[in-house]
Amino acid sequence: MASNNKSSVLTPSRRDVLKYGGAAALSMPFVSRAWAQTVEINMLAWYGHGEPDIVGEFEAANNVKFKPKYYAGGDNMLGLIAQSPAGTYDVILSDAEFVQQLNAAGYIEELNAADYNFDDMLHDDFKKFPGHWDGDKLHSVMVRCGHLGVSYNKNAVTAEEAMSYKCFWKPELKGKVGHFDWHLPSLGMMSLTNGNGAGLWDLDDAKWAAVKETTMSLRPQAGGFFDYGGTFNSLKNGEMQAMCGIGDWITGVLEKDGAPVASVVPKEGGIQWTESYCIGKGSEKQEIVKKFIQYMLSPEGQVKSAQMAAYPGFCITKAGRAKLNEVDKKEAERTGQVDGMPNDPITLIKEGRIHYRDIPKQQSLEDWNDFWSEYKNA
Amino acid sequence: MNRPEKKSFDLYAMTWRLPIIVWQTIFFVGPLLFMVAMSFFVVKNYRMVEAFEFTNWEKMLGRGYFWDSYLLTLGLASLSTVVAMLIAFPAAYALAFKVSDSVRRWAIFLLIIPFFTSYLVRIFSWYVILAESGVVNAILGYVGLGPYTMLNTKFGTLVGYMTLTLPLVVILQTFALSNIDTRLVEAAHNLGCKPFATVWRVVIPLAKTGLIIAALFCFILSFGDFVAPYYLGGSKPPTLPILIIDTTKSGQQWPRAAVVAIMMMVTLFAVAFAALTAAYRKRSRS
Repeated sequence: MASNNKSSVLTPSRRDVLKYGGAAALSMPFVSRAWAQTVEINMLAWYGHGEPDIVGEFEAANNVKFKPKYYAGGDNMLGLIAQSPAGTYDVILSDAEFVQQLNAAGYIEELNAADYNFDDMLHDDFKKFPGHWDGDKLHSVMVRCGHLGVSYNKNAVTAEEAMSYKCFWKPELKGKVGHFDWHLPSLGMMSLTNGNGAGLWDLDDAKWAAVKETTMSLRPQAGGFFDYGGTFNSLKNGEMQAMCGIGDWITGVLEKDGAPVASVVPKEGGIQWTESYCIGKGSEKQEIVKKFIQYMLSPEGQVKSAQMAAYPGFCITKAGRAKLNEVDKKEAERTGQVDGMPNDPITLIKEGRIHYRDIPKQQSLEDWNDFWSEYKNA
Repeated sequence: MNRPEKKSFDLYAMTWRLPIIVWQTIFFVGPLLFMVAMSFFVVKNYRMVEAFEFTNWEKMLGRGYFWDSYLLTLGLASLSTVVAMLIAFPAAYALAFKVSDSVRRWAIFLLIIPFFTSYLVRIFSWYVILAESGVVNAILGYVGLGPYTMLNTKFGTLVGYMTLTLPLVVILQTFALSNIDTRLVEAAHNLGCKPFATVWRVVIPLAKTGLIIAALFCFILSFGDFVAPYYLGGSKPPTLPILIIDTTKSGQQWPRAAVVAIMMMVTLFAVAFAALTAAYRKRSRS
């Protein structure tokens, strides 16, 4: 009799269905996790680099998830790394001038140069970018760059006037010249104004004193000191009609939105910001990070970087530029990234009008920062 | 002779007191002591190193721009307090004495609502209103005035401070005035005291403690605010909270930022002590 009540696999009782069904449902999350565990990649970068418009496709294709920690300024980045245990950050986006310090402090891994296609770089300097190599040892790979110069409102400054930093002193701009609140680009531009050209970061006492004097003479024109959001807003609403210390990385976003603003490299020269990827020391995800850096150097990655929602940058590979011209000709033309255009960023570098951003050679960063505080308080 | 009764250890009372004591020790006294210690540390290669050196104090207090910032912050916070108290008083007076209980309740509810939204968002919304191409200048333009520059000025900073403090000051003043025995006000009127004199000689002295506490809160919030002077004042020139950010941002000089923070705290302690002494001082009979 009892055997008659027993259910078989083929004829399960209602209780069996509930029991096994429940067990299966409860175990599903563990099965799916074991099947394809999403790898988290800790990223330290300027704002925007860990956003979906940049990393979304890579995340989906490789079952990874970026966890970005954003900073503003190289000093800030160094501080964050210094205060974190080794292995905290898997991938670090650094301003090129700070790579040497990252390496000296032992915060980044050595990279295998054979993993990256340096032959495709648009300029020879990009293959062995200053500070990225220690002899034959590679520590960082440049992925994008941009130029800083005179950023201005076209209704207040003519294109001709904008061809010199002297336009910042135009009487009509009194109280209308904004500063990006970081000493390095603004003081670098003042050094260029003084005609220091390629030696803009290598200032002896006399030249440093002259740069300080020039900067102080700009103070009555200064209308404010802003972070990214403030710079963006003050240019957009017309409160500031010229901006010192920035370039197309901010005006480009506004220009695409229809604002009457632009950035040019003036005759005294411009400054190049350069962003490079490094692998954090002690990272356990070096293989996937390497793949990500390769992706950012690929034509697709380069186009994403050029179209980045937070701030656009130039393509640095030939294939990347070609792809950009193919898929977004308008943006390529807007930024001069078309072979033969007079404002082609690569042409500007070859003409010697662009100087790579660096840290002061004869003064400390503290000296520059101190003066910057003094200037702001003047 | 009666000796004061010696209180025995009350375990029940202590059980209730202990959490707040532990909390304050761990999250206020501890960090405060650490901040003082940190002001003597040094920074090497962007990393703080434990030390006992006076370099940070010498460097910060020896610089003209620190004292410029200090005086500016003190001046702006004082101005903010005076302006907030003056603007808030008529509103608080009306809420305390002139409206029904229901209106008062609704008004207080409406004054609390601004705290539901992010202060930063409220500050950014002023961009639309105060910009040269903004709402205020557009209205002034109709009567042939302006445009006036209001953003990135001390006026902009003050507007930001008001955004932060004014609702709170109105609420605190309303509570202070609501506690006044209205019979005393009526008595003053019956004895021939003019309305303004009644406010000055009866209402304000009776609400003194609450009014001073409202002013103190306004001063403390304005003195330590980073957002208004940065985003509406254009950091031009920087106040002490901005100086703290500047100091940490470049070179990771947390010990020097600690010096600025300690100077701010000492100032606030002094102001709070003076204010509370004044608030609770009994009137001498002449």
